[in-house]
Amino acid sequence: MDHTWFDSWALTLVVFAPAVGAVITMLLPRDREDAIKGVTLASTLASLGFTIAVIARFDYDKTATLQFQVDKRWIDVINSRYHVGVDGISLPLLALSAFITVLCVVYSWNHFPEPHNPKAFLTLLLILEVGMNGTFVAQDLILFFIFFEIVLLPMFFMIGVWGGPNKEYASIKFFLFTLFGSALMLLSFLALYFKVDVAPDIPGMQHSFDMVLLSRAAGAGLVHSTQILIFAGLFLGFAIKVPMFPFHTWLPDAHTEAPTVGSVLLAAVLLKLGTYGFIRIALPMLPEAAKDWAPWIGLLAIIGIIYGALGCLAQTDMKRLIAFSSVAHMGFVMLGIASLTTFGINAAIFGMVAHGLITGMLFFLAGSVQHNYGTREMARLGGLLKQAPKMGWILAFCAMASLGLPGLAGFWGEFPAILSAFQPGGGLSEALFRTYMVIAAIGTVLAAGYLLWMLQKVAFGLPKPEFADKHIHDVTSYEWASWVPILLLIVALGIFPNIIFRVTDGAVQTLADNISSAIK
Amino acid sequence: MLLNQFLLLSAFLFCTGIYGVLVRKHAVLVLMSIELMLAAVNINLVAFGAFRNNAIGQVFALFVLTIAAAEVGVGLAIVLLIYRNLNSANLDDVETLKG
Amino acid sequence: MDWFLENAWLVPLIPAVSFVVILLVGKRMPRQGSEVGIAAVGTSFVLSCGAAIGWIRHLQHAEPGTSALGALGRSVGRLTAEGHEAPVEPVLRSVTWFQNGGVKLTAGIQIDGLAVVMMFMVTLVSLLVHIYSVEYMRGDRRFTYFFAALSLFTASMLLLVVADNTLQLLVGWELVGVCSFMLIGHWWEEKENSSAAIKAFLTTRTGDIGLMIGVITTFFIVQRATGEGSFNIIELNRAVSEPRIGHTIVLWCALALLLGIIGKSGQFPLHTWLPDAMAGPTPVSALIHAATMVVAGVYLGLRVYPVFFHGLSIGTPGHSWINWMAGVGGITVLVGASLAFVQDDIKKVLAYSTISQLGYMVMALGVGAWTAAVFHLFTHAFFKADLFLGAGSVSHSGAHHSFDMKTDMGGLKKYMPQTYRTFVIGSLALAGIFPLAGFWSKDEILVSAGHNGYKLFLVIGLVGAVLTAAYMTRCVYLTFHGEYRGAHDPHAVPHADEAEHDPADTPALVELDAHAHAPHESNGLLLGPLWVLSFFAVFAGFLNFPHWSRFALWVDPRYPTQFQEIISEVAFNPILAAISVLGALAGGGVAWAYYTGRVEALRDLTLRNGAARVGKRLLVNKYYLDYLYEDVIVAGIRGPVAQAVYWVNQHVIDNVLNYAGRGAQALGHLTYDYVDQKGVDGLVNGLGAATGESGGVVRRIQTGRLQFYALMLVGAVGVFALALWVFT
Repeated sequence: MDHTWFDSWALTLVVFAPAVGAVITMLLPRDREDAIKGVTLASTLASLGFTIAVIARFDYDKTATLQFQVDKRWIDVINSRYHVGVDGISLPLLALSAFITVLCVVYSWNHFPEPHNPKAFLTLLLILEVGMNGTFVAQDLILFFIFFEIVLLPMFFMIGVWGGPNKEYASIKFFLFTLFGSALMLLSFLALYFKVDVAPDIPGMQHSFDMVLLSRAAGAGLVHSTQILIFAGLFLGFAIKVPMFPFHTWLPDAHTEAPTVGSVLLAAVLLKLGTYGFIRIALPMLPEAAKDWAPWIGLLAIIGIIYGALGCLAQTDMKRLIAFSSVAHMGFVMLGIASLTTFGINAAIFGMVAHGLITGMLFFLAGSVQHNYGTREMARLGGLLKQAPKMGWILAFCAMASLGLPGLAGFWGEFPAILSAFQPGGGLSEALFRTYMVIAAIGTVLAAGYLLWMLQKVAFGLPKPEFADKHIHDVTSYEWASWVPILLLIVALGIFPNIIFRVTDGAVQTLADNISSAIK
Repeated sequence: MLLNQFLLLSAFLFCTGIYGVLVRKHAVLVLMSIELMLAAVNINLVAFGAFRNNAIGQVFALFVLTIAAAEVGVGLAIVLLIYRNLNSANLDDVETLKG
Repeated sequence: MDWFLENAWLVPLIPAVSFVVILLVGKRMPRQGSEVGIAAVGTSFVLSCGAAIGWIRHLQHAEPGTSALGALGRSVGRLTAEGHEAPVEPVLRSVTWFQNGGVKLTAGIQIDGLAVVMMFMVTLVSLLVHIYSVEYMRGDRRFTYFFAALSLFTASMLLLVVADNTLQLLVGWELVGVCSFMLIGHWWEEKENSSAAIKAFLTTRTGDIGLMIGVITTFFIVQRATGEGSFNIIELNRAVSEPRIGHTIVLWCALALLLGIIGKSGQFPLHTWLPDAMAGPTPVSALIHAATMVVAGVYLGLRVYPVFFHGLSIGTPGHSWINWMAGVGGITVLVGASLAFVQDDIKKVLAYSTISQLGYMVMALGVGAWTAAVFHLFTHAFFKADLFLGAGSVSHSGAHHSFDMKTDMGGLKKYMPQTYRTFVIGSLALAGIFPLAGFWSKDEILVSAGHNGYKLFLVIGLVGAVLTAAYMTRCVYLTFHGEYRGAHDPHAVPHADEAEHDPADTPALVELDAHAHAPHESNGLLLGPLWVLSFFAVFAGFLNFPHWSRFALWVDPRYPTQFQEIISEVAFNPILAAISVLGALAGGGVAWAYYTGRVEALRDLTLRNGAARVGKRLLVNKYYLDYLYEDVIVAGIRGPVAQAVYWVNQHVIDNVLNYAGRGAQALGHLTYDYVDQKGVDGLVNGLGAATGESGGVVRRIQTGRLQFYALMLVGAVGVFALALWVFT
């Protein structure tokens, strides 16, 4: 690949195009809504466009090496550099993030929740995108941490300002809980900086925040018990973000109260920051500790699968149900990661993308149902298929996708993850993980249960008397514009899973090899 | 030379002055009492200067005289203003310095 | 190589495209999309026929020694040298599906005799059902959608059939499940229908736990054998016979897959969804819940038979007299047949009958009767589809869209002679009366069971045959004989649409209406498919006529497996055949006597005899399995368990957080109140206050009186002077 001007600027453009947009929207007067929307859409589209260019120029034969790298001086004092790059693991997630944000902007075109104020809302959205895109390209722990934290604030305000009736509680819970995790994570980052010897042969270069160097060192120079402790900090930081049982309780509240677009981004991208962190940071940098932690992560993952499903069954609020289902779905992702195999980690990345699309789509639907009926109580809903058949069928489609129907995207996150537990890597106990496998498989039945019952209550039957005469808008043109791309992707990924597996496989294989060689 | 006599005189004058400052109610009398104290100081300065064969004491005394004159001028002006404002030169009526 | 075999992937693809087309433009087409569906399935049918002919020619052309399929061919060659049949490779084509760890996993087709038979059967029944539905579903609220779903179903089923690997099979398997869900819940306005759909989906999905784990296990079985994991069916079938695999993993794989079969093919104890699935439109019941989808489980058993054969030690010398698979099948034969006796709904009788017949197939697999299982699957599809469509015809034209034999049918023989004939043909075939199709296939199962040393299952099979004849006699009697119990007069039972007409104003219309609703023969679109199916119900059995057995020749797998010997043709046993036919006739006779009430000793037996009464109650309550599943397990999980978990979530885990939050807040308050406000701030404030208070004290000194100040001054000087004096 010839090195061109674009190659060295692509990722910076992807990350900071929304930031430019945010500055412009901030400068525009508040009542010029169309201009604000236009600028927002343009900057997110620009970010997506650069992402597509990256996808097009990406070298798919070398997915394990970082491409589009930029490595510039940043903070010399602590050896922290502006180092960005993508490989097969981050590329799908970066694409997901850029893609979903554009659709969120389209969806919110005339769907602004109270108290309206598009200027503030869209500016926050753009800042959010900077953080999300940045996290997926950062190759320096400090840079990663900054992007990781940038995400928090806009989401906090989105929930806290445009949220539902219980927004204060939810937003503060979200913020504090995740911040708590981040604090420990930062501590672990510092420990990695000071304790890991990244370049034993070069004097004076021992300490670095560089993720590539740290991954290459794979915990060299660390005592086993220290590794385990450092991993614990990373684990807490990421597990809260994922969220894993029992750190999940911020999620249903945040989702329930968040505005539709906030929920979509939260489910589609923000949760992935945690799982991405596991794959990108925790596993390669501390492989030995990962091996010791894996059984526990697996245990929490399958508890999450069953527990999330049971939690869903107890819900009466549609949106809260979808929120709880995330706990179960991310359980599958974490089970894949805990298996430390190529199958598992590939499945985890696929599962992240699939969950982002499917659950994001379900949140869009919940938002539109709320918009139309003014309620999300399933006991009051019914007959959506009768009143808004298109929306009803899309809901049915998404429910099917979410329960892991083969032929749709959700399957490829679930099945290989379950498969990976049959024979975990790194000398983990087969008996234990096979037990996990069976329990995870049972989880798929429960998933079918809660989704179909939700579908039955919301879509089937006849409308309840209170809404029988109400005019319900079926899918509007803005909704079509933002939903059709997702729906098409769900089908395309389901039929041609290699779209993603081809990208991730090489990188994941290298990762898995490094882990297993480090353990031996 | 007997230093003691001068010092005793000055002490007496000084005490008279203090007494006057503390006890007399009329502002002009208080001012005059201050002058007495200054005079006592001057006596001391001149006496010590003569005693040590040193002119500095007399120089200081001259300074004090000058300043005392100025001080009395300012003081009398203040007293005059007080009297104009309060219709009294009785110090018990003047409480404006109270914090 | 034959074009039709090479391009068999088109067979599932065409209906899949049809699905998309109907979904997008179906409503705007003159016949609302039905023509697209029929054309697509028709094309697939033609391609399947081409593939069938191609396969037969392929068999004829196969010469010993020309095989070039790697190790497979070599071992076939060895077998050939020992005097076995000529080697015939399946036609294989594949494309990369996804990759993992650098290994590319493929999707593809594996066309052999079994796949060809299934393709032929599925496309034929589907085509007939499509044609039938045009009339049966005319004017339905979701006519277009119905055809779209039928297309999708056909595509998924064919995808399952042609699959060359277990994962692709799983994909097709789940997709047919979803189509089944969509079609059972076709009239989702009524809650019973959507609940039945969900029940069907969840029950099969419970079985799919097994399937999923089984498929995963197949991957690792191949990995153990070849070092590289794969879902490929041929590699799997070869791998399981290798001794270094170890028996345990194969056994677990077999049991897991068996669970999948139990769920999908309505085997005891997960059969309860199938009768409820009758909530869907009748053509759906015929296609999905009788002929095709429910046999997917059996098909899986046939496809990866070596797994069961080795895992359950079916054919090894000295094997036990029972195994899991045969046991499940045998129980299902009896459970299904017994429950069919107490149903009033004609479709439920047929549904239980289907369960029972599927039991025969699974039992056949369990006793090592591979060919017999395929054959029974093949013939059963025709006569059961015939019966279901016949029931639909009866309901559509003779019983005001009701399926209740007791209240709305009876005596229909004279109104619907053609439907009656086709129904009786189907019933006789099902009951296994010589020489109809069911006789040959069922007999083959029984003979194989006896031959392979599973005597118990021979007896169960015979009992099942007797019961089958008896309940079908009951069904035919209640539907077509006796007095018509339905509403002759449309005014007697006014239907919603009739009530709208005022009889006084438009007498002609009422007459027409009355005519339309009196029992009458169905039209050609319904009868055509019935007669085609009846034809197959009569003649399909001759394909495996003793000593001619073309069918076995076509479908038997030719790649070398240990079970080659056990599945090879078993001699026809005239005595056994006679016993089974006589038994069936006897069963039918007794049932006839009982239900016509002509024999005094049998009349009202269930009222007079305590044991019979208990038995009937048990049957009416379906062995209480539904109660167990729905009221205990499902209601338990949905209700108390889920609520408890959520309670734990909200009150324990969330409270840990909330208390942590509150604790932090309380700690904050404590810190703030005591440490910060009273401690640190207290210190600062204290300083301030001390200053203030001391100021208050000092303020009193500040009288504002000059003389007082002067006094203080003097006092201070005095104090200093004293100090000076004291310290020096």
